This record gives sequence, C-alpha cells and structure tokens, in this order.
Amino acid sequence: MTPAGTLSRNERQFAFGLSIALAVLGFAMAAFAAKGVMAVHGAMALAAGLFLIFRIGGQLYDSAAGPDRHDRYFDGPTRFGVVMTLVWAIIAMGVGVWVAALLYWPEGTPAVPWTSFGRLRPVHTTGIIFGFGGNALIATSFYVLQRTARTRLADAVSPWFVLIGFNLFCLWAVSGYLMGSTQSKEYAEAEWYADILLVIVWVVYFVVYLRTLARRHEPHIYVANWYYLAFILVVAMLHIVNNLAIPVRWNGADSFTIWAGVQDAMIQWWYGHNAVAFFLTAGFLGMLYYFLPVRSGRPIWSYRLSILSFWGIVFFYVWVGSHHLHYTALPYWVQTLGMTFSVMLLVPSWASAGNAIATLNGAWHKVRDDATLRFMFVAAVFYGLSTFEGSFLAIRPVNSLSHYTDWTVGHVHSGTLGWVAMIIFGALYTMVPQLSGRETMAWPRAIEWHFWLAVGGTLVYVVSMWNAGIIQGLMWRAYDENGALSYSFVQSVEAMAPYYLIRTIGGGMFLTGAIICAANCYATFRSAPLMAEPRDVPLRPTPAE
Amino acid sequence: MLRLHYNLEKVSMGLVVAIIVAASIGGIVEIAPLFTIDETVEIPEDMRPHTPLELAGREIYIREGCYACHSQMVRSLADELDRYGPYSLAAESAYDHPMLWGSKRTGPDLARLGEKYSDDWHTAHLIDPRSVVPASIMPAYPWLMRPLDTEILSDQLAVLATLGVPYGPEMIEAAVADALGQSQPDTDGGDAVRERYGEGVPVRAFDGDPSRLTEMDAVVAYLQALGTLTNAPYATTVELTQ
Ligand code: HEC
Repeated sequence: MTPAGTLSRNERQFAFGLSIALAVLGFAMAAFAAKGVMAVHGAMALAAGLFLIFRIGGQLYDSAAGPDRHDRYFDGPTRFGVVMTLVWAIIAMGVGVWVAALLYWPEGTPAVPWTSFGRLRPVHTTGIIFGFGGNALIATSFYVLQRTARTRLADAVSPWFVLIGFNLFCLWAVSGYLMGSTQSKEYAEAEWYADILLVIVWVVYFVVYLRTLARRHEPHIYVANWYYLAFILVVAMLHIVNNLAIPVRWNGADSFTIWAGVQDAMIQWWYGHNAVAFFLTAGFLGMLYYFLPVRSGRPIWSYRLSILSFWGIVFFYVWVGSHHLHYTALPYWVQTLGMTFSVMLLVPSWASAGNAIATLNGAWHKVRDDATLRFMFVAAVFYGLSTFEGSFLAIRPVNSLSHYTDWTVGHVHSGTLGWVAMIIFGALYTMVPQLSGRETMAWPRAIEWHFWLAVGGTLVYVVSMWNAGIIQGLMWRAYDENGALSYSFVQSVEAMAPYYLIRTIGGGMFLTGAIICAANCYATFRSAPLMAEPRDVPLRPTPAE
Repeated sequence: MLRLHYNLEKVSMGLVVAIIVAASIGGIVEIAPLFTIDETVEIPEDMRPHTPLELAGREIYIREGCYACHSQMVRSLADELDRYGPYSLAAESAYDHPMLWGSKRTGPDLARLGEKYSDDWHTAHLIDPRSVVPASIMPAYPWLMRPLDTEILSDQLAVLATLGVPYGPEMIEAAVADALGQSQPDTDGGDAVRERYGEGVPVRAFDGDPSRLTEMDAVVAYLQALGTLTNAPYATTVELTQ
C-alpha cells in the first residue's frame, strides 16, 4: 500500500508539495547547523523528504483514485502505523533487554560513547512510549474513530502527515540521545526543534480528529473517542509547558529549559506522571473500550460507570505528579495533595478495570479459547493491579521505602508490559486481519505462543523487580545494634545481581513474543487478498438526507 | 447529571472544553503557587552559580545520562542523613536549568559528593569504575579524556543569565578563559576564576594534567562542586540538632 495509492490527484500534488517542503527544511537545517546533531537531523529530514518526493512524484499523474474510495474506510495510514508500532517495539524492547543485561554485565559496553547505558536508557523509554505506544495509539485512533463515527477520515493527506511527522520526531529524539543530545527531562528528552515538530504534528492530528468527528453518522460520540480526545488534548498541554526552552543557538540542538529547581521538578513530574495518565492510560482505555466489546461481542457493561471513570481519571490524575517528590525540597502541602489524589484515583481506575472485566461476563468461554481476547482480559487485570500498586506507592511512608529503588521500575513495567503492551497486542490481533481482508491472522497458533511468552515474561520481570526493590530499600535503611548503617551502598548493589539477571530473562521472553507478533502481522499483511471487499464500510449519506 | 452528559456527548467542542477545564485545575493549583510564594525558594547569601568549567561538566553529566542512575536529592529521612549528609534544600537547585534531582538510585545519591573523594579517585573511577570499586556496575567512561570543547560556553552562560542565573557580562565574556583557568593552578587565569566566583572555588588540574583541558576536568570539577555552592544546608542541620 503506497501513500499515493489512496490519494486523489489534488491530494497527491499537495503531498508532493509537503515533501518538497520537508526536503527544503532538512536541507536548511543541515546547512545552517553545518555540524553536530542538528546537521545530522537535517540530513535525515532531507533524506525522508527526497524519498517521499520520488515516491509520490512517480505517481503524481497516475489515474485518479477510484471513485468508490469513499465507500471504504481510509486505512492506509493505520496500516503504516501498525508497521511502525512493530518496528519500534522490536527496536525499543531490544534496547531495553540490552540495557537490562548491562546492569548485570557492565563490561558488556564497548568503549564507544553511543553504546553507553545512560544514552541507551532514553532510547528504550522514548522508543517504547512514543515509538511503540504512540504509533499504536495514532493507528488505532484513526481506525476506531472511523468505525465508531461510521464515516471516512475527513482528509487524506493529514493522517499521513501525522504519522510520518510523528515518526520523524521519534527518530530525531532517539538518534539525538545516541549522539549525546538530550534535555535530560525524563520522557521529554528530545531537543527543542523536535519538540516543535511534535507540536505541529499534534495540531494537525487534533484538527483531523475533530473534523472527522464532525462528520459522524452517530449522534453520540462513543466513549473510546472521549479517551482519545483527552489523550490528544492533555498531551499537547503537558508537552508544551514542560518543554519550554531557550535554544543556546538557533543552529544547534543545545537548549536550556526555562524552568529551574523546585518549579522544574514539579512541572517535570506533573508532565511525567500525566504522560503515564494521558499517553499510557487514557489513550489505551480508548483502545480497550473499542476492541474489547468488538472482540468479545458484548456491549460495555455499564455506561454510567464509564462516565464516572472517564471524568474521574481526567480530573484526578493531573494532581498526582507530586507523589514523585515525597520528602524532597518540594513544599509539604503539594506532596500531601499528590498523595491524597493518588489514593482517590483508585476509584475511577478500578471502575474502568471492573467495567472492562464485567463486560466479559457471559463471554468467558471466548476468553478461554481466544488468545486475542485473553490479551485484553490480562491487560484489564494488570491495569487494575498496577493502579492499585500506584496508589499504594504514593502513600508517603510506603514511598520512603520504594522510591529510588527498582520497585518503581517493577511498577512501571507491570503497567507498560502488563497493561499497555497487552492491550496493544490484543488490538493488533483484532485489527490486522480486518485490515488485510481476512478472517484470522496468518498463524493463529502463534498468538497462543506469544500470549504465554508475554504473560510469563511480565511476571518474571515484575516479581524480580519487586524483590530487588524491597531488598534495596530495606538495606538502605537498616541499622545495626550500635546505631550505624548496616550496609554500604555497594553491598546493596551486589545484592541486586541475581534479580537483574532474572529481570533480563523476563524481558527477553517478552521481546521474543513481540518478534513472533511482528512476524505474524507481516505474514498476515503479505497474504492479504488484494481486492477483497472490506467487511466494514462507512455509511454513505443518501441524497435524500 | 446523566441527562447533561447525554447531551454533552453530542457536542464535540463541548467535550473538548470540558476536558481542558477538568485537566487544568490540578496543575494550576499545585504549580502556580510555587512561583508566587517567596518562601518556596529563599536563595542564601553565599550561594554561587556554577563556574563555566563546572557547567561544562554538568552538560556532560546530562549528555551521558548519569542522572538515570544517580539522584541529587537527599530526602529528609534519618538513614539518608546518615548515609549522605544534610537533606537537600530547594535553594540549592534554584539556578539549575534543568534540575537533576533524579528518580532512581542504581548508584548512590550525589548531592553531597563534593570533596568526598580526591580528584584522582574520580578520574580513575570514571575511566574504569571496577578498578577502584570491584563490585561496581557503573559504566566506564574512558572517552572523557578527550579535549573539552569550550566554544559554546559564553553563549550558554548568556542564556542562563537571561533566565535569571546571576552571571554578569564579565563572567559571560570570560567564560572560555575561566574554564581553562580553573584547571590551571598557580596561573593568572586561576586567580581570575576565584575573583569572579569566590575564594572557595577549587582551582586544580582535575584530571591530573594542567597542560590540557579535557572533558574529565569538567566532569570532576562539577562532581567536586556538588553540595558546595552554599553552606545553607549544613547550617540548617546544625540548627535542627541544637
Ligand atoms: C548504570 C548506572 C550508572 C550510571 C549511568 C552512572 N553511574 Fe555512577 N555509580 C553507579 C553505581 C552502581 C555506583 C556505586 C559503585 C561505584 O562506586 O562505582 C556509582 C558510583 C558513582 C560515584 C561514587 C559515589 C560515592 O559516593 O561513592 C560517582 C562519583 C559516580 N558514580 C559518578 C557518575 C558519573 C559522573 C556518571 C556519568 C558520567 C555516572 N556515575 C553514571 C552507577 C551508575
């Protein structure tokens, strides 16, 4: 499926113009910067622009797109998004397993700067959150939006713009870290011009989303779309505020954030925790609210509960970031607010998880037989567990033990592996056959393998990190009978070795599952019957309307 | 209520506005006061900004992602005070764009690191951590022995000055010379750094060789400055124990 294949002639011309603009922008960046990270990034944009120029240019005057294209959903961008989701999954999970191994085997790093732990770690986090999670969110949001609104996307070029721009952002970010360019703000490490690119992409995303909603054939906006909307809006807000920075030079990547000290810490964790809330939760709840009912063939259990949990999540989550700063120099009352709201957040979180699980009532035989649905069920369970753990860890005395330890790492992975990745896989296994005009995935049995590798890997990972974290925390605060600290820091480091090894194995299992998934999706796309009639189509307004 | 929501679901702009309002309140209540209440950050009289060489070291610390394994925030907990020293004050990072409080201690907290070890120890440790701490899992950074690029330093100081860090025009102008001067003891350059940033600023060949300016000089100068920019935290603890 080529980008140009589904575009009308006018749209192709417009896309061609945009490609030229991208190439010119890349050239200008490279030329002005002359050296350093920004020049490399300029060259990347130039290469991407040239590729698109040739790709679209070759088809510029081909015959017009078929007149019947309006009878179909516009799924080209979604298909591209699925491919990028899987590409980033393998890159970022692979880096994750590698850096996990480095903590067990520190000599493993060659003496080359770009392979160093500190540079690879944000490659892992950005690659997973934005590359894997972000592409999955954008791809499914276009898919779900069209089906729930029963209309085709409002525009053909902008969805491509969003996906290509977004992936360029991810590439700039990740390659920048390798070359040593980072803002050091966790989960917002990308430098200023990449941040600006993301803002532009996001505005276009929001506009095409709202324009498509405006064309819907259903009077009500379906729950899944509320969540996707919250994801788009709040992420924009967080991203812009947290990333306000002054570049040292306009032709270089280096910049300073305008925030300092305690304000910076508060804004960083307001951002950081709401990246969890609105990137890694709200958007994925949107995914859950569509794919779970579709796959299980049951309507969402309670409409009222979904309203309650939606507004609860949107309102409460924003307050909780300060629980990352207990006992620090942040004013005490802000910490207390963060803790209080974190505990209250459990109500809407469990309302969502409970609603999802109750939806499966009457379909338990399907959960037993269908690995795809089981992915979604496990996702809902882990969502419930992780949010409980999160509220618990936010309580001040618990946090005094857990903070700075691997317990936090375990918690994050119970959320990202157990909840986020599981719901993505469930959605992919539902969506990919549909996008390929097939009934099932090419290798249905491989889904079962993937499922058990994913669940096993997650459990191994999370349990080993719980152990590691609690031991670490207890060792740091242990006193002997003379009132002196019992352990040196290095002793606590030595105690971690077995857990770091087991964690690496857990991560390796999860990665293996993801590779199987990618191969399965590839085989399914490849075996797609080319001219199959799609099984779901938009409503066409009849002239009489 | 349900009725209201039933209608809200039909108006996309209504949903958009409601989401923005609901999601803004928490942030505004928690963040805005931090900028208005003066007491949040009271800057001590003796507080100095980083010297250009330390700033260059800080940028390398960021570049290499040291913050992924090291915190710089001693919490007000008994065992942390015993292990690291006085708890961190907000003022200590008031000039830090960005702050480096960190979130994970794969290695120990570094907020009170300054002058805990010798320069030689740091240099050996960074080149090969296991040569000094056999059980260490910290990565090795042998490439820090390459020459330090100081060309951008003046511009960096200038930007920080616009953001409120007390760098005067003279400091900005002399940034490159000061970076070199701080690594060359017994020279005019060294004295000039002390004059501008305070008598307490260490002027040493941090990497052991005064004849060249390396990234190691910068990183070690930065590490040795951690927790030494003001005496306030040490004074506060004395008050508390009395
Ligand atoms: C993979 C995690 C990791 C990274 C990245 C890392 N360190 Fe460490 N660091 C450790 C561990 C573990 C220790 C404790 C063992 C030791 O002393 O080597 C440590 C110890 C230290 C110490 C000694 C602290 C003390 O009080 O004993 C210093 C100084 C230090 N690191 C500086 C750095 C600097 C500078 C960087 C970046 C260039 C860095 N570290 C990057 C893990 C890390």
